[in-house]
Amino acid sequence: MNSSRALGLGPVFRQAAVASRTSRDRRLTYTSLFDRNIQTQSLPPSAAEKILNEQRLKRPSSPHFTIYQPQLTWLGSIANRITGAGLSTLMYAYFIAYLAAPETFASANVIELVGSMPDIVKYAGKTILAAPFAFHSLNGLRHLSWDLTKFITLKGAYSSGYAVLGATAIGTVALVLM
Amino acid sequence: MQSLVARSALKRTPAVRTFASSAARLQATPSEKPVLNKEFKIYRWNPDTPAEKPTLQSYTLDLNQCGPMVLDALIKIKNEMDPTLTFRRSCREGICGSCAMNINGQNTLACLCRIDRNPSKDSKIYPLPHMYIVKDLVPDLTLFYKQYKSIEPYLKNDNVPEGREFLQSVEDRKKLDGMYECILCACCSTSCPSYWWNQDEYLGPATLMAAYRWMADSRDAYKAQRMERLQNEMSLYRCHTIFNCARTCPKGLNPAQAIAKIKLELAAD
Repeated sequence: MNSSRALGLGPVFRQAAVASRTSRDRRLTYTSLFDRNIQTQSLPPSAAEKILNEQRLKRPSSPHFTIYQPQLTWLGSIANRITGAGLSTLMYAYFIAYLAAPETFASANVIELVGSMPDIVKYAGKTILAAPFAFHSLNGLRHLSWDLTKFITLKGAYSSGYAVLGATAIGTVALVLM
Repeated sequence: MQSLVARSALKRTPAVRTFASSAARLQATPSEKPVLNKEFKIYRWNPDTPAEKPTLQSYTLDLNQCGPMVLDALIKIKNEMDPTLTFRRSCREGICGSCAMNINGQNTLACLCRIDRNPSKDSKIYPLPHMYIVKDLVPDLTLFYKQYKSIEPYLKNDNVPEGREFLQSVEDRKKLDGMYECILCACCSTSCPSYWWNQDEYLGPATLMAAYRWMADSRDAYKAQRMERLQNEMSLYRCHTIFNCARTCPKGLNPAQAIAKIKLELAAD
């Protein structure tokens, strides 16, 4: 029944309902509106699908990661992705560069280049490499244990998450001082 | 009418009291509560004007004139301020799953979510994330229900005992605890980044937990076929154990665990 009628009364209802304060007033306004102003368009039931599909095409998608609360769960997962992708990119970039120019990228040259840098650059560079490496490796262990259904509770996920973060901090410092 | 009310009031009052104290003393004195205004910012989009972009509309409510839950606030806004505000609600006690929405960045049921009474912070209310919006806070759940249907969420067994109950041991029944309680509110699936990016093919936590609920049931005879249907790249393995599902579930269930168990069983298969 309803689907075969296209009601074009949205704005009128809204004004009427906001304007009148008491419920009795509102009901009066509604009924009189119905008597006088309503215009219906007669459509066969088969038109329902078409109307619905037209509506579906125009529907917006609701906002997602921009409004979702930052949580250890999904931020940890994104960090795992980014560190993994970053480290692999670096590895492939170096190996391909080595293939292209084995002389320039030989170990001896790399060691010499790093050795000639000031200390601050050395430590910064080591931190940038060590932190993602430590996090990704340790979080990998966390994922392996989840796949064996260990720590697969909310509490387990959080405590293991904080443990990984702590161990990452310690591991990064250890690797940088190495 | 009035005498009826008076009689029933008398009936409920203990006899001792009626002798000792006057009716006036029994009535609670209405306490003047201070005004506690709080701003709610609510996602609005109207299908009648589809070209207009979705916006956040602001409503200010006196929390001392309002029930404790976010759903109470929404109903109060709809009743008293703006009847065009559209949302789903039914049971108001967390069993129907209709009022699932994103409140202050977390998916939950509006009826189970207390209003944060800090007046200096506004409350943001969005529909479930990354869903097509029918109107305001109402998402289109057609695909979600289709996915649920696709896993055949019912007992499949060709040799059901006739004329008596289909018995199950206490241990076997226990395996279903924590899964059968799901009310399909879609909070978990729409909190899952994997589901955001791949909901056309990935089934999502709610549906996968329902799938495991039937795989784990000792009375179901189609476990192998159920597993076979998940043995592909997309249906199950888009789960990267992010844990947003378990974190957000308003019923305190753990879809991540159910999915990990499916993965383990498929790996051992």
